[in-house]
Amino acid sequence: MNQAGETRRELALDCFLLAGKIMMESGAETYRIEDTMIRMAVSQKMMDSHCFVTPTGIMFSPSNELATRFVRINSRRTDLERVALVNAVSRRLVSGELTLQQAYDEMLIIDQTDYMFPLQIQVLAAAVASGCFLILLGGGWEDLPFAFIIGGTAFYIVEMILIQTRVKFFAEFVGALAIGSLASLVIYAGLGQDLDTIIIGSVMPLVPGLLITNAVRDLMAGHFVSGLSKGAEAFLTAFAIGAGIALVLSF
Amino acid sequence: MNWPLEAFLSFLAAGAFGVVFNTPRRTLVSCGLVGMSGWLIYRMYYLVSDDSVQATFAGAFAVALVAHILAKKFKMPMIVFSIAGIIPLVPGSRAYNSMRSIVENNYLEAISFAADALMISGAIAMGLVFAEVLMQLVFNYQAKRMQKKIGMTRN
Repeated sequence: MNQAGETRRELALDCFLLAGKIMMESGAETYRIEDTMIRMAVSQKMMDSHCFVTPTGIMFSPSNELATRFVRINSRRTDLERVALVNAVSRRLVSGELTLQQAYDEMLIIDQTDYMFPLQIQVLAAAVASGCFLILLGGGWEDLPFAFIIGGTAFYIVEMILIQTRVKFFAEFVGALAIGSLASLVIYAGLGQDLDTIIIGSVMPLVPGLLITNAVRDLMAGHFVSGLSKGAEAFLTAFAIGAGIALVLSF
Repeated sequence: MNWPLEAFLSFLAAGAFGVVFNTPRRTLVSCGLVGMSGWLIYRMYYLVSDDSVQATFAGAFAVALVAHILAKKFKMPMIVFSIAGIIPLVPGSRAYNSMRSIVENNYLEAISFAADALMISGAIAMGLVFAEVLMQLVFNYQAKRMQKKIGMTRN
Protein backbone atom coordinates (compact mmCIF):
# COMPACT_ATOMS: atom_id res chain seq x y z
CA MET A 1 0.00 0.00 0.00
CA ASN A 2 2.77 2.34 0.98
CA GLN A 3 4.70 1.36 -2.14
CA ALA A 4 1.69 2.17 -4.33
CA GLY A 5 1.33 5.56 -2.65
CA GLU A 6 4.98 6.25 -3.32
CA THR A 7 4.77 5.53 -7.07
CA ARG A 8 1.59 7.56 -7.29
CA ARG A 9 3.28 10.54 -5.72
CA GLU A 10 6.22 10.15 -8.10
CA LEU A 11 3.79 10.10 -11.02
CA ALA A 12 2.06 13.22 -9.70
CA LEU A 13 5.38 15.05 -9.44
CA ASP A 14 6.38 14.00 -12.95
CA CYS A 15 3.04 15.21 -14.22
CA PHE A 16 3.27 18.66 -12.57
CA LEU A 17 6.84 19.24 -13.67
CA LEU A 18 6.08 18.17 -17.22
CA ALA A 19 3.13 20.57 -17.32
CA GLY A 20 5.28 23.41 -16.04
CA LYS A 21 8.09 22.58 -18.46
CA ILE A 22 5.81 22.53 -21.51
CA MET A 23 4.19 25.81 -20.53
CA MET A 24 7.48 27.60 -19.93
CA GLU A 25 8.93 26.28 -23.18
CA SER A 26 5.90 27.59 -25.06
CA GLY A 27 5.96 31.08 -23.60
CA ALA A 28 3.35 31.16 -20.81
CA GLU A 29 3.53 33.73 -18.03
CA THR A 30 5.34 32.67 -14.86
CA TYR A 31 2.44 33.38 -12.54
CA ARG A 32 0.13 31.24 -14.67
CA ILE A 33 2.57 28.32 -14.56
CA GLU A 34 2.85 28.51 -10.77
CA ASP A 35 -0.91 28.82 -10.47
CA THR A 36 -1.48 25.78 -12.71
CA MET A 37 1.06 23.63 -10.86
CA ILE A 38 -0.28 24.52 -7.40
CA ARG A 39 -3.86 23.89 -8.49
CA MET A 40 -2.93 20.48 -9.87
CA ALA A 41 -1.06 19.68 -6.66
CA VAL A 42 -4.02 20.66 -4.49
CA SER A 43 -6.29 18.46 -6.58
CA GLN A 44 -3.90 15.56 -5.82
CA LYS A 45 -4.09 16.31 -2.06
CA MET A 46 -0.66 17.92 -1.78
CA MET A 47 -1.76 20.90 0.23
CA ASP A 48 1.43 22.62 1.30
CA SER A 49 3.41 22.43 -1.93
CA HIS A 50 5.61 25.21 -3.23
CA CYS A 51 7.01 25.89 -6.63
CA PHE A 52 9.52 28.37 -7.93
CA VAL A 53 9.46 29.06 -11.65
CA THR A 54 12.13 30.90 -13.59
CA PRO A 55 12.62 31.04 -17.37
CA THR A 56 15.52 28.57 -17.11
CA GLY A 57 14.31 26.08 -14.51
CA ILE A 58 11.40 24.99 -12.33
CA MET A 59 11.66 23.79 -8.73
CA PHE A 60 8.77 22.00 -7.09
CA SER A 61 8.63 20.97 -3.45
CA PRO A 62 5.58 18.80 -2.72
CA SER A 63 5.74 18.85 1.07
CA ASN A 64 8.13 18.62 3.98
CA GLU A 65 8.84 14.91 3.90
CA LEU A 66 9.11 14.43 0.12
CA ALA A 67 12.16 15.36 -1.91
CA THR A 68 12.17 18.54 -3.98
CA ARG A 69 12.29 18.05 -7.73
CA PHE A 70 13.91 20.23 -10.32
CA VAL A 71 13.62 20.48 -14.09
CA ARG A 72 15.81 22.48 -16.45
CA ILE A 73 14.38 24.46 -19.36
CA ASN A 74 16.68 24.82 -22.31
CA SER A 75 14.75 26.32 -25.17
CA ARG A 76 11.85 28.73 -25.25
CA ARG A 77 9.67 29.67 -28.19
CA THR A 78 6.18 31.01 -28.72
CA ASP A 79 3.61 28.27 -29.18
CA LEU A 80 0.35 29.40 -27.63
CA GLU A 81 -1.56 26.32 -28.71
CA ARG A 82 0.49 24.19 -26.32
CA VAL A 83 -0.19 26.62 -23.48
CA ALA A 84 -3.91 26.34 -24.16
CA LEU A 85 -3.76 22.53 -24.40
CA VAL A 86 -1.86 22.07 -21.12
CA ASN A 87 -4.25 24.49 -19.50
CA ALA A 88 -7.21 22.42 -20.70
CA VAL A 89 -5.67 19.18 -19.39
CA SER A 90 -4.98 20.71 -15.99
CA ARG A 91 -8.54 22.05 -15.81
CA ARG A 92 -9.88 18.57 -16.51
CA LEU A 93 -7.54 17.00 -13.95
CA VAL A 94 -8.60 19.49 -11.26
CA SER A 95 -12.30 19.00 -12.00
CA GLY A 96 -11.84 15.22 -11.69
CA GLU A 97 -12.58 14.40 -15.33
CA LEU A 98 -9.16 12.82 -15.82
CA THR A 99 -7.18 10.53 -13.57
CA LEU A 100 -3.56 11.32 -12.87
CA GLN A 101 -2.32 8.63 -15.26
CA GLN A 102 -4.55 9.89 -18.08
CA ALA A 103 -3.42 13.46 -17.51
CA TYR A 104 0.24 12.40 -17.57
CA ASP A 105 -0.29 10.48 -20.81
CA GLU A 106 -1.94 13.50 -22.43
CA MET A 107 0.92 15.74 -21.29
CA LEU A 108 3.42 13.32 -22.85
CA ILE A 109 1.49 13.45 -26.12
CA ILE A 110 1.44 17.27 -26.01
CA ASP A 111 5.16 17.31 -25.26
CA GLN A 112 6.03 15.15 -28.24
CA THR A 113 3.68 16.56 -30.87
CA ASP A 114 4.64 19.51 -33.04
CA TYR A 115 1.67 21.86 -33.19
CA MET A 116 3.32 24.72 -35.09
CA PHE A 117 1.92 25.80 -38.43
CA PRO A 118 4.11 24.68 -41.37
CA LEU A 119 6.99 27.06 -41.98
CA GLN A 120 5.66 28.22 -45.36
CA ILE A 121 2.41 29.38 -43.76
CA GLN A 122 4.30 31.14 -40.97
CA VAL A 123 6.46 32.95 -43.52
CA LEU A 124 3.35 33.91 -45.48
CA ALA A 125 1.71 35.21 -42.29
CA ALA A 126 4.79 37.26 -41.42
CA ALA A 127 4.79 38.70 -44.94
CA VAL A 128 1.09 39.60 -44.70
CA ALA A 129 1.66 41.22 -41.31
CA SER A 130 4.55 43.28 -42.73
CA GLY A 131 2.39 44.47 -45.60
CA CYS A 132 -0.47 45.40 -43.28
CA PHE A 133 1.83 47.36 -40.97
CA LEU A 134 3.35 49.23 -43.88
CA ILE A 135 -0.08 50.64 -44.77
CA LEU A 136 -1.17 51.13 -41.14
CA LEU A 137 1.96 53.13 -40.36
CA GLY A 138 1.34 55.46 -43.26
CA GLY A 139 3.33 53.92 -46.11
CA GLY A 140 2.29 54.19 -49.72
CA TRP A 141 0.59 51.41 -51.67
CA GLU A 142 3.47 51.30 -54.18
CA ASP A 143 5.80 50.02 -51.40
CA LEU A 144 3.46 47.19 -50.42
CA PRO A 145 5.06 44.37 -52.47
CA PHE A 146 8.53 45.22 -51.12
CA ALA A 147 7.46 45.17 -47.48
CA PHE A 148 5.61 41.91 -48.16
CA ILE A 149 8.63 40.20 -49.69
CA ILE A 150 11.27 41.63 -47.35
CA GLY A 151 9.22 40.86 -44.22
CA GLY A 152 8.69 37.25 -45.31
CA THR A 153 12.34 36.79 -46.31
CA ALA A 154 13.63 38.16 -43.02
CA PHE A 155 11.33 35.90 -41.02
CA TYR A 156 12.49 32.91 -43.06
CA ILE A 157 16.15 33.81 -42.52
CA VAL A 158 15.64 34.14 -38.75
CA GLU A 159 13.87 30.77 -38.52
CA MET A 160 16.54 29.05 -40.61
CA ILE A 161 19.43 30.43 -38.53
CA LEU A 162 17.56 29.51 -35.34
CA ILE A 163 17.28 25.91 -36.53
CA GLN A 164 20.97 25.83 -37.49
CA THR A 165 22.64 27.64 -34.59
CA ARG A 166 20.14 28.06 -31.74
CA VAL A 167 21.56 31.52 -31.02
CA LYS A 168 18.57 33.84 -30.99
CA PHE A 169 20.54 37.07 -30.74
CA PHE A 170 22.60 36.27 -33.84
CA ALA A 171 19.57 35.14 -35.85
CA GLU A 172 17.71 38.36 -35.17
CA PHE A 173 20.77 40.44 -35.94
CA VAL A 174 21.19 38.77 -39.33
CA GLY A 175 17.45 39.11 -40.01
CA ALA A 176 17.53 42.83 -39.31
CA LEU A 177 20.68 43.16 -41.41
CA ALA A 178 18.88 41.46 -44.31
CA ILE A 179 15.89 43.79 -43.91
CA GLY A 180 18.10 46.87 -43.91
CA SER A 181 20.17 45.86 -46.93
CA LEU A 182 17.22 44.61 -49.00
CA ALA A 183 15.23 47.77 -48.29
CA SER A 184 18.20 49.98 -49.20
CA LEU A 185 18.69 47.96 -52.36
CA VAL A 186 15.07 48.48 -53.35
CA ILE A 187 15.40 52.23 -52.77
CA TYR A 188 18.68 52.51 -54.69
CA ALA A 189 17.17 50.60 -57.58
CA GLY A 190 14.51 53.29 -57.71
CA LEU A 191 11.64 50.88 -57.10
CA GLY A 192 10.55 51.80 -53.58
CA GLN A 193 9.54 55.22 -52.31
CA ASP A 194 10.08 55.44 -48.56
CA LEU A 195 12.93 53.57 -46.88
CA ASP A 196 11.72 54.19 -43.30
CA THR A 197 8.24 52.70 -43.59
CA ILE A 198 9.48 49.69 -45.56
CA ILE A 199 12.02 48.91 -42.83
CA ILE A 200 9.56 49.46 -39.95
CA GLY A 201 6.88 47.34 -41.59
CA SER A 202 9.28 44.49 -42.37
CA VAL A 203 10.81 44.53 -38.88
CA MET A 204 7.44 44.12 -37.14
CA PRO A 205 7.31 40.26 -37.26
CA LEU A 206 10.61 40.15 -35.34
CA VAL A 207 9.51 42.49 -32.53
CA PRO A 208 9.61 40.68 -29.14
CA GLY A 209 5.99 41.45 -28.27
CA LEU A 210 5.35 38.35 -26.20
CA LEU A 211 8.48 38.86 -24.12
CA ILE A 212 7.66 42.48 -23.35
CA THR A 213 4.10 41.75 -22.24
CA ASN A 214 5.17 38.72 -20.21
CA ALA A 215 8.00 40.61 -18.54
CA VAL A 216 5.67 43.39 -17.42
CA ARG A 217 2.97 41.05 -16.20
CA ASP A 218 5.45 38.92 -14.27
CA LEU A 219 6.97 41.99 -12.64
CA MET A 220 3.54 43.26 -11.63
CA ALA A 221 2.61 39.86 -10.20
CA GLY A 222 5.73 39.95 -7.99
CA HIS A 223 7.84 37.40 -9.91
CA PHE A 224 10.87 39.62 -10.05
CA VAL A 225 13.43 37.02 -11.10
CA SER A 226 11.56 35.87 -14.17
CA GLY A 227 10.24 39.36 -14.94
CA LEU A 228 13.72 40.82 -15.00
CA SER A 229 15.22 37.97 -17.01
CA LYS A 230 12.43 38.08 -19.59
CA GLY A 231 12.87 41.84 -19.76
CA ALA A 232 16.58 41.30 -20.39
CA GLU A 233 15.76 38.83 -23.18
CA ALA A 234 13.36 41.33 -24.76
CA PHE A 235 15.97 44.08 -24.50
CA LEU A 236 18.62 41.87 -26.11
CA THR A 237 16.26 41.04 -28.98
CA ALA A 238 15.38 44.70 -29.52
CA PHE A 239 19.06 45.57 -29.37
CA ALA A 240 19.94 42.89 -31.93
CA ILE A 241 17.31 44.21 -34.34
CA GLY A 242 18.43 47.79 -33.75
CA ALA A 243 22.10 46.93 -34.29
CA GLY A 244 21.33 45.11 -37.53
CA ILE A 245 19.38 48.03 -38.96
CA ALA A 246 21.86 50.61 -37.67
CA LEU A 247 24.76 48.80 -39.32
CA VAL A 248 23.08 49.14 -42.71
CA LEU A 249 21.98 52.73 -42.17
CA SER A 250 25.47 53.86 -41.17
CA PHE A 251 26.85 53.14 -44.66
CA MET B 1 -8.34 58.43 -42.80
CA ASN B 2 -10.02 55.34 -44.07
CA TRP B 3 -11.72 53.51 -41.19
CA PRO B 4 -12.90 50.31 -42.90
CA LEU B 5 -9.50 49.83 -44.51
CA GLU B 6 -7.65 50.30 -41.22
CA ALA B 7 -10.06 47.97 -39.46
CA PHE B 8 -9.50 45.31 -42.10
CA LEU B 9 -5.72 45.71 -42.12
CA SER B 10 -5.37 45.60 -38.34
CA PHE B 11 -7.65 42.54 -38.25
CA LEU B 12 -5.47 40.85 -40.87
CA ALA B 13 -2.22 41.85 -39.15
CA ALA B 14 -3.32 40.55 -35.75
CA GLY B 15 -4.59 37.33 -37.32
CA ALA B 16 -1.27 36.87 -39.13
CA PHE B 17 0.55 37.33 -35.85
CA GLY B 18 -1.77 34.73 -34.39
CA VAL B 19 -0.44 32.31 -37.02
CA VAL B 20 3.19 33.23 -36.28
CA PHE B 21 2.62 32.70 -32.54
CA ASN B 22 0.63 29.53 -33.22
CA THR B 23 -2.52 30.40 -31.34
CA PRO B 24 -5.13 27.61 -31.39
CA ARG B 25 -6.78 27.60 -34.81
CA ARG B 26 -10.34 28.25 -33.63
CA THR B 27 -9.25 31.44 -31.84
CA LEU B 28 -7.52 33.05 -34.84
CA VAL B 29 -10.56 35.16 -35.77
CA SER B 30 -10.97 36.30 -32.17
CA CYS B 31 -7.28 37.28 -32.09
CA GLY B 32 -7.88 39.40 -35.16
CA LEU B 33 -10.86 41.05 -33.48
CA VAL B 34 -8.79 41.85 -30.38
CA GLY B 35 -6.11 43.46 -32.53
CA MET B 36 -8.71 45.40 -34.48
CA SER B 37 -10.44 46.79 -31.40
CA GLY B 38 -7.11 47.82 -29.87
CA TRP B 39 -5.92 49.58 -33.02
CA LEU B 40 -9.24 51.36 -33.72
CA ILE B 41 -9.49 52.68 -30.17
CA TYR B 42 -5.87 53.80 -30.35
CA ARG B 43 -6.52 55.67 -33.61
CA MET B 44 -9.76 57.22 -32.41
CA TYR B 45 -8.21 58.44 -29.17
CA TYR B 46 -5.21 59.74 -31.11
CA LEU B 47 -7.45 61.74 -33.43
CA VAL B 48 -9.29 63.29 -30.48
CA SER B 49 -6.42 64.02 -28.11
CA ASP B 50 -3.33 64.03 -30.37
CA ASP B 51 -1.34 62.36 -27.57
CA SER B 52 0.12 59.02 -28.58
CA VAL B 53 0.98 57.96 -25.01
CA GLN B 54 -2.58 58.30 -23.76
CA ALA B 55 -3.91 56.78 -26.96
CA THR B 56 -1.63 53.76 -26.54
CA PHE B 57 -2.81 53.37 -22.97
CA ALA B 58 -6.43 53.35 -24.15
CA GLY B 59 -5.60 50.85 -26.90
CA ALA B 60 -3.75 48.48 -24.58
CA PHE B 61 -6.56 48.76 -22.03
CA ALA B 62 -9.10 47.80 -24.69
CA VAL B 63 -6.94 44.89 -25.87
CA ALA B 64 -6.58 43.48 -22.37
CA LEU B 65 -10.27 43.95 -21.58
CA VAL B 66 -11.45 42.18 -24.73
CA ALA B 67 -8.80 39.47 -24.26
CA HIS B 68 -10.01 38.82 -20.70
CA ILE B 69 -13.61 38.50 -21.80
CA LEU B 70 -12.67 36.14 -24.64
CA ALA B 71 -10.44 34.11 -22.30
CA LYS B 72 -13.40 33.55 -19.99
CA LYS B 73 -15.58 32.59 -22.93
CA PHE B 74 -13.12 30.14 -24.52
CA LYS B 75 -11.76 28.91 -21.13
CA MET B 76 -8.20 29.53 -22.35
CA PRO B 77 -5.32 31.56 -20.92
CA MET B 78 -5.67 35.27 -21.57
CA ILE B 79 -2.21 35.43 -23.14
CA VAL B 80 -3.55 33.56 -26.19
CA PHE B 81 -5.62 36.60 -27.14
CA SER B 82 -3.66 39.57 -25.85
CA ILE B 83 -0.28 39.01 -27.54
CA ALA B 84 -1.40 39.45 -31.14
CA GLY B 85 -3.43 42.51 -30.17
CA ILE B 86 -0.54 44.27 -28.43
CA ILE B 87 1.85 44.08 -31.39
CA PRO B 88 0.28 46.90 -33.47
CA LEU B 89 0.69 49.27 -30.51
CA VAL B 90 4.42 48.60 -30.03
CA PRO B 91 6.30 51.87 -30.82
CA GLY B 92 8.31 50.40 -33.69
CA SER B 93 8.56 53.60 -35.73
CA ARG B 94 9.80 55.67 -32.79
CA ALA B 95 12.42 53.12 -31.82
CA TYR B 96 13.52 53.05 -35.46
CA ASN B 97 13.68 56.84 -35.73
CA SER B 98 15.66 57.05 -32.52
CA MET B 99 18.20 54.56 -33.82
CA ARG B 100 18.40 56.32 -37.14
CA SER B 101 19.13 59.59 -35.38
CA ILE B 102 21.92 57.94 -33.39
CA VAL B 103 23.47 56.66 -36.61
CA GLU B 104 23.26 60.17 -38.07
CA ASN B 105 25.00 61.58 -34.96
CA ASN B 106 21.86 63.50 -34.10
CA TYR B 107 21.84 62.53 -30.43
CA LEU B 108 19.36 65.11 -29.10
CA GLU B 109 16.68 63.97 -31.51
CA ALA B 110 17.53 60.36 -30.73
CA ILE B 111 16.95 60.93 -27.02
CA SER B 112 13.57 62.56 -27.62
CA PHE B 113 12.44 59.67 -29.85
CA ALA B 114 13.75 57.11 -27.37
CA ALA B 115 11.97 58.81 -24.46
CA ASP B 116 8.78 58.77 -26.51
CA ALA B 117 9.20 55.06 -27.25
CA LEU B 118 9.86 54.34 -23.58
CA MET B 119 6.77 56.27 -22.49
CA ILE B 120 4.65 54.36 -25.00
CA SER B 121 5.98 50.99 -23.83
CA GLY B 122 5.16 52.05 -20.29
CA ALA B 123 1.66 53.04 -21.41
CA ILE B 124 1.14 49.57 -22.92
CA ALA B 125 2.22 47.96 -19.65
CA MET B 126 -0.03 50.25 -17.58
CA GLY B 127 -3.00 49.58 -19.85
CA LEU B 128 -2.54 45.82 -19.50
CA VAL B 129 -2.17 45.96 -15.73
CA PHE B 130 -5.09 48.33 -15.18
CA ALA B 131 -7.41 46.18 -17.25
CA GLU B 132 -6.29 43.09 -15.35
CA VAL B 133 -6.95 44.69 -11.97
CA LEU B 134 -10.34 45.91 -13.15
CA MET B 135 -11.33 42.50 -14.44
CA GLN B 136 -10.18 40.83 -11.23
CA LEU B 137 -12.37 43.20 -9.21
CA VAL B 138 -15.34 42.48 -11.47
CA PHE B 139 -14.82 38.71 -11.29
CA ASN B 140 -14.41 38.80 -7.49
CA TYR B 141 -17.60 40.80 -7.20
CA GLN B 142 -19.45 38.33 -9.41
CA ALA B 143 -18.10 35.37 -7.44
CA LYS B 144 -19.18 36.96 -4.16
CA ARG B 145 -22.66 37.62 -5.50
CA MET B 146 -22.86 34.04 -6.69
CA GLN B 147 -21.84 32.77 -3.25
CA LYS B 148 -24.43 34.97 -1.61
CA LYS B 149 -27.08 33.67 -3.97
CA ILE B 150 -26.21 30.06 -3.22
CA GLY B 151 -26.14 30.80 0.50
CA MET B 152 -29.54 32.43 0.33
CA THR B 153 -31.12 29.55 -1.55
CA ARG B 154 -29.71 27.12 0.97
CA ASN B 155 -31.27 28.92 3.95
